[in-house]
This record gives sequence, structure tokens and C-alpha cells, in this order.
Amino acid sequence: MAEDQQEAVRLRQEQDVFRHSHGWLEHGATTSGKATVSIGISGTGGGFEKFCKNETDISNASRAINATEAVNCAKAGVTYTEIIVANDGLAVVVNPKNSLTCIKMTELKAMWAPGTGTSGPGKATQWSDAIPGNTTGALKLYGAGSDSGTFDSFNTFVHGRSTTSRTDYQATENDNVTVKGVAAELGAIGYYGLSYAEENAKLNKALQIDNGKGCVAPKISTVQDGTYAMARPLYIYVKKAAVAKSPVIREFVKFYLDNADIIAADALFVPLTKVQVNTARGAVNAI
Amino acid sequence: MASTFTTEPTESGPLSPLVDLLPSGQKRRQQTYERIIRVVLTMVASVAVVITLGVVASLVQPTYQFFQEVPFGDFFGSTKWYPLFDPPGFGVWPLVVGTFMVMVIATLVAVPGGLATAFFLNQYASDRTRRYLKPILEILAGIPTVVFGFFAVTFVSPNVAQKIWPVGEVGFYNALSAGLVVGIMILPMMTTLAEDAMASIPRSLVEGAYALGATRREVCTTVIFQAALSGIIAGAVIAISRAIGETTIVLLASGSNAEFTFNPGQAMQTLASFIGFAGIGDQPTDSTGYRTIFAVGSLLFIVTFVLNMVSIRIVRKFREVYE
Repeated sequence: MAEDQQEAVRLRQEQDVFRHSHGWLEHGATTSGKATVSIGISGTGGGFEKFCKNETDISNASRAINATEAVNCAKAGVTYTEIIVANDGLAVVVNPKNSLTCIKMTELKAMWAPGTGTSGPGKATQWSDAIPGNTTGALKLYGAGSDSGTFDSFNTFVHGRSTTSRTDYQATENDNVTVKGVAAELGAIGYYGLSYAEENAKLNKALQIDNGKGCVAPKISTVQDGTYAMARPLYIYVKKAAVAKSPVIREFVKFYLDNADIIAADALFVPLTKVQVNTARGAVNAI
Repeated sequence: MASTFTTEPTESGPLSPLVDLLPSGQKRRQQTYERIIRVVLTMVASVAVVITLGVVASLVQPTYQFFQEVPFGDFFGSTKWYPLFDPPGFGVWPLVVGTFMVMVIATLVAVPGGLATAFFLNQYASDRTRRYLKPILEILAGIPTVVFGFFAVTFVSPNVAQKIWPVGEVGFYNALSAGLVVGIMILPMMTTLAEDAMASIPRSLVEGAYALGATRREVCTTVIFQAALSGIIAGAVIAISRAIGETTIVLLASGSNAEFTFNPGQAMQTLASFIGFAGIGDQPTDSTGYRTIFAVGSLLFIVTFVLNMVSIRIVRKFREVYE
């Protein structure tokens, strides 16, 4: 970097994307060492809230900004650029001793559907309620809390709507709770980002998802080409005013894009395709 | 032995009777000094009252706003608690039942266990045993609750709770492990308070019972227990209040699923652990979800307050005054 400046680049981001930016920071710190970056963690919704209140400069998100949040930002006079920085998927995991290897989206929907309306206790209490003939027994559900972008993504994939969900499951913002619970109970099923699945492969088994076209396993290739049903991009939202005020932020994002492959691999995310990298570079240069 | 000095305050406050022998300048200085000290100490003591009132005041406004948005009927009339979902459910009973279950299990562990340990320390233990046991109890009392929480999840849940509970399937996160470990946490408190109550009984009562030929067990159950009862009850209530308000252990070990159930093998959420769970999350400051935290906090405060009032009544009823 040309100038000897200490600039603060504040980030606010989703738990999943946190591991990603952390990898970003670790690489960045060794090469430049001149910017102070502070990261806070929360759910995607919480992060956007702080972003639109001008408390942060970059907001990481595991889903795109929604209409309400965009309106709030516009009202506060915050303009931003959306950049896709990595690909990720949602893994559905079960206990390693569970004999199931592939699950249909319709079965997932039956498991997670609220009894009536769009929220409330669910109907399925046994595995056989969702998968006829399955003998695993009682159904124990683990998942993301309602603040989490993973919650929104999962429900959009399964129910078509980001807030539709049953309410009687172990909700947590901390995916380690899900990892431990699924590893300990035979009848447990949970979901979290793919990077956690890779890291905890010995404790939890990731299922293949069948969205009508056959069972697809979650892998780098299937997430990048979209054949895995629950693939999603990971975004950052960069405040235009912040970039204008401080060149460090643009450098920060550019640094990432130049080293996208290494950082994504470190954080166990799926790297961007060449096409995505070029689109992102264009977006950064245009800020 | 009653004191032979009268300590009635004079016009200038309670001074040593010898002060009348001092030269008058020094006497005036002592009187002023005493007055200042009294004012300062009164102010410091009233800080406790002020803080309590401050806590209550901070709860009142958001709770009031909450009940403008959510009718009493929803809050107290439903057993479906999912306030952070969309559309939300505001029936608080699952939290109340969860708190009650954890409290009952903790009490069943701590009160008999604490009483037994107190009897042991008071009547049965040799000096050497007492010298080792008391510090160990203090170490147990000093263990941070978050460490207890992890102990509950990683050890108690798989090895104890799942093995001993006979009804239904015991999940990984359950109220039984949380209750057991909360009980272990408050056991030293109960022991200390019960033992203090037992130690304050006049020795003449205890020795008189032995002289009449009572065995140690008979002395414990007939003399000591009855004589120290008000102190033991006060100790039990303090321990129970602690159990009701315990957050960290329950947050880590009991799960976040607010089911309305009386089976402690299942995951439950308590009033305190809901506040912890929702407080750590990201509720926007002016939303109903945020105010729900305050409403639950007010309910918890009221429950503990009522419990304390009841305990004061009971203690007064059983108190023995020793001449």
C-alpha cells in the first residue's frame, strides 16, 4: 500500500461467512499489515441492520439483501455495491450411524413444515412421518435460529419462503450445537453451511439431496454448477461512501479477489468460478 | 451474656459513655465525626435499595409496551412459545414449566444433599475431615457456571442422564442434566447456610440431648433440625432462588426448544435461558422480539420476589429466639 495509514475497516457478518473473512484477514495481515479491521459476528439480518444504521462499512451475508432491508438502507441514505465473494451450500446432516444416504426435497419439506400456517409446532414427530417406511424412530431436529441467513436460505429452498418454518426444534446461531447434537442422537437431523460439514465430516454425515433429478452429493463441482439443490452465493455489501472516504476498503476487496482461490479453500468454501471472479472485479472497479 | 452497657442514642448519637470525661472541644469533634459517618453509611446502604428500584424501573417501560402489543391472554393463555419466528407465538407457559422442572430437580439434589453434608460437618466429622472437606466445598462453589454448563453437556448428559431416566428417550440436550448440575452448583451454598444455622444453636440444647442418652442420629433429627429449621429454610429458599435464576448452565445444557412438557428427559427452555438465548442474538432494539426479553425478565423478577416474600414469612414463623 502506498500510504502509511491505519484505517479501520469495520465488517459485520454472518457466522458462516465469518470464517471466510477471517481467512481473508489472516492472509491480508501478513502482506500489508497497515489496516485495522474489526469484525463483529451476528446473523445476516442483524448485520444488515447495523449496516443500514451506518455502524459498519462492509456487511457479509449468506443471502441477498431483501426488500425491507434495502428500503431501510435507502431511507438512511446508505448506498452500496453487492459483490459475490464465494459459493456455499447448505448441508443436511444426520448421525453417522443413520443408514440414510439420500433425501428428497419433498421429504425435507414434510419434516420441517409447520402444522398450520407459516410458523408453529410441526406435524412430523417420527422419521416415518416424512419418509414412509423409515425405521429410525423419533425425529430430533436441529437448525439455525430465526436471525440467521442460513435459516432464511434453508426455508427458501425447502418451503419457498424465507420465514416459513416449524418452531419446535433446537434453534441455534452457533452451528457447533447442531454438530454436537446430531453426533450424539441417532434420530437427529440438522442443517448448516457446507464448510461446517466438511470440517465435521467424522461427526456428522452429509446427505445427498434429490430435487427431482436424482441424488446429488454436495461437492465443489456440484455447488459451482448449481446441480446441488441447496447451493447459494455468499455476498459482501460494500458501502460506497466508505470506499470514497478510505482507499483501504477497495484495496481490501481487491486483495481478496486476487487471492480468492486460496482464501476460499482455507475457509472450506467453494471458490468462485472464473466468470464470477470477473464479474466481481468489474463491480469493485466500478465503485 | 447480655451487655451491661446501654447503647441508647443520646442527642448527639451513640457515643462511648467515657466521652463525658473528655475536654469539651474533643467531645464536639467526636460528635460531628459520628454524625458524618452515620450519614455516609446510610447513603451507602441505600445504594442497594436504589439499585433494586432502578432494575425494576428499567423493566417497567418495555414490559408495558410489550403488553400493548401482545394481549395478556396470548401471554398467559397459550402454551406455544416461539416469539422470534414469523408469525410469533407468545404463550409463556413452556418457559414457566421449564423453570419449574429445573428448579425441582436442582432442589431434590441440593437440599437433601446440602442438609446431609451440613449434619456431617456439624456432628459427625472429625476436625481433620472438616479441615479438608470445607475447602473442597468452597472450590466446588467457586467453579464458574460456564464450566459447569460444559460439564453438563459433555459428561452428565451422555453418562448420567441418558442412563438413569426411565421414561422415554432422553435427548442430548435435556432438562435433567441441566437440573442435576444446577443442583450440584447450589449444594455448597445450601451446606454453608444450613451449617451456619446449626452452629448457632446453643450448645446446651445439643449437649442436654446427648446427656439424656440420645444417639447422634436422634440429636440431628430431633434437636438440631428443629432448632435450626428457620435458618435451614432460609438457606433452602436462597438456593432455590439461585436455581430459578440460573442461566448459563441451562443455556448450554438444556437446549433452545421451548416445549410444553413435564418430562425432564426432553429439551426445555427456562425463563432465564430464554433471556440469555434471545439476548445474545440479534433482536432489533425497537421490536416486539426485543421487548419480549423484558417481559420475560419481569416475570422472572416477580417469581423470585414472591418466593422471597414467602420465605420471610416462613422463616419468621419458625424462628426460635434464644435468651
